[in-house]
Amino acid sequence: MIIAKRKPFEEIKEMLTPYNKVLTLGCGTCVAVCLAGGEKEVAVLNAELDMARKLDNNPIELGAFTVERQCDMEYLEVLDSMVGEYEALLSMACGAGVQFLAERYPEKPVFPAVDTTFIGVNRAVGWYEERCRSCSSCVLGMTGGICPVTMCAKGLFNGPCGGTNKGSCEIDKDQPCAWYLIYERLSLQGRLDSIKNISPAVEWQNQAPRTVIQPGYKKPDEAEAGN
Amino acid sequence: MRLEYPSNIRIIRVPCTGKVDVMHLLRAIQKGADGVYVVGCLEGTCHYNEGNTRARERVEYVRMLLEEIGMEGDRVRMYNLSSGEGPTFAAYAREMTEHIKKLGPNPLKTAEQNSGKKGGGKREAQAA
Amino acid sequence: MKSGSNLEKVLEAGHFAFTGELGPPRGTSMEEVKKKASYLKGNVDAVNITDNQTAVVRMASWAACIMLIREGLEPNFQMVCRDRNRLAMQSDILGAYAHGIRNMLCLSGDHQKFGDHPNAKGVFDIDSIQLLGMVKRMRDEGRFLSGAEIEDPPRLFIGAASNPFAEPFEWRVHRLAKKIEAGADFIQTQCIYNMDKFREFMKRVVDMGLHEKCYILAGVTPMKSLGMARYMATQVPGMDVPDSLIQRLKGAGKGKVAEEGIKFALEQIEEFKEMEGVAGVHLMAIEWEHRVPEIAERASVLPRPEV
Repeated sequence: MIIAKRKPFEEIKEMLTPYNKVLTLGCGTCVAVCLAGGEKEVAVLNAELDMARKLDNNPIELGAFTVERQCDMEYLEVLDSMVGEYEALLSMACGAGVQFLAERYPEKPVFPAVDTTFIGVNRAVGWYEERCRSCSSCVLGMTGGICPVTMCAKGLFNGPCGGTNKGSCEIDKDQPCAWYLIYERLSLQGRLDSIKNISPAVEWQNQAPRTVIQPGYKKPDEAEAGN
Repeated sequence: MRLEYPSNIRIIRVPCTGKVDVMHLLRAIQKGADGVYVVGCLEGTCHYNEGNTRARERVEYVRMLLEEIGMEGDRVRMYNLSSGEGPTFAAYAREMTEHIKKLGPNPLKTAEQNSGKKGGGKREAQAA
Repeated sequence: MKSGSNLEKVLEAGHFAFTGELGPPRGTSMEEVKKKASYLKGNVDAVNITDNQTAVVRMASWAACIMLIREGLEPNFQMVCRDRNRLAMQSDILGAYAHGIRNMLCLSGDHQKFGDHPNAKGVFDIDSIQLLGMVKRMRDEGRFLSGAEIEDPPRLFIGAASNPFAEPFEWRVHRLAKKIEAGADFIQTQCIYNMDKFREFMKRVVDMGLHEKCYILAGVTPMKSLGMARYMATQVPGMDVPDSLIQRLKGAGKGKVAEEGIKFALEQIEEFKEMEGVAGVHLMAIEWEHRVPEIAERASVLPRPEV
């Protein structure tokens, strides 16, 4: 799931200063689950903004709506009749959602209310940890299900470096050394051979915007997209 | 037992303080309450185990939110007592009332009154 | 001969190698480097020039290397993977070679978090083992990593680091094997203080026959003070300073700790001369360059061989 963190209130307030009528849009998928940008967070943020702007003697009118997924045009359709009456949109979705919103309503200023942080796991309610950098070249099979790109601070493919400190990473005692864990797990599975061979330089696939078209599907042409 | 407590307090009953949501507290302030406090069971005695501890966390969160927008977080507080402690309830009510009186009225009300006087002019100035 | 560097010739001829280390300046003046170099000249076979060591900005390693060549010393050009992608690495290698640099040490690099720009973007496009492979490919195949041909390829003597003490210990020798397979001609180890563990490490190296595939230089850094020993023991990740050494330094008494530190280093060097699989010593006398002539003298590694 995509994990996000709400931006500092001051930053959000600053972005909205010139506007007096704003629609705050939540997203009901990842950011709702990680408690950053769902329906509830929209209500809290709007209450804060409303009060703060009153205190500033510059009241703001705020609308609130949470769509199922801002990263899906189908779910944005319901907003078409709404956005016209607002001066700007404040999106609490991840960066992908914000951009789709901005693409659909190019005449409206769109502002992000959250910082998209990582692809991660739900360790407990409110506690999330990063696990994937979406590098497009997954090596988890070789590394015992522990990602060296994400979990190693140096992203080494032939670790561990000399900084591993009794199982911790050199950057932080509380951060386990990914390669130490990889070693332990492969050792447990009797698969150390898997990392004895040199892992060659990665042909990075994530240095330009990527598109995925699954087998059996194709890019609809412009005419079809218009329908 | 008839106990006196300040009459300016409006009591909202909930089955458990665990039911009190961040938005309930925030909305009360937003609508002009000068202060809000949550009275829960003593910690460790929640019938639902952690209703009152959750309430305390939410109170803390709302205090933080108020500070964030430039208001006194201490307008929102949490108190704990057992159901048989009528006098303590009254004492907390008096304490909270005194405390809020010291802080003064909800600044939103003052701001609203001010904007009532000159808010329109500001809008025009912006349009120009 | 792979590179014809002095270090390579010394090792090839079977001499016990002795290398030193220098940090480039945090500014544009070369005076300090020249001064430090003067202490090393004639006392070591080559001098490692660090590359933004501990992730703190300093003059480019290759630039300080060129200066060293002008001063009549042989540099060992260090390069870390933290600050450059594969394009910058290869172009720097071409430039370094063109200016007469013949030894190169390939490292991952300390994480930027430790340095003076903790929020810099760490590059780590390739890791140290992939870097070794790249330099070897440039030299032996005359090709860039991309496969494109290089006109007059750089012929470098390729080095790598090894930390015998970082966990998991069992894996260290295998990682060393990977570095050798990738292209390391010589190895300089992390500073050694735990001799028992190093003996065990070398035993495994010899059992695997790795010492026959590359030259291993044992890392030595004399302890200057008790504070330094304690700092190394607790604050430097991957460093193994046994309590017995700290006690020994403490026992030396006030004003004699540094001398005890040197004595321990000399004992280590004596043992390394005899230790199977060890081809030399890499002396990292951090901010203690002026003591190098004395240490070299007392370690009986002078005069350095002319090869």
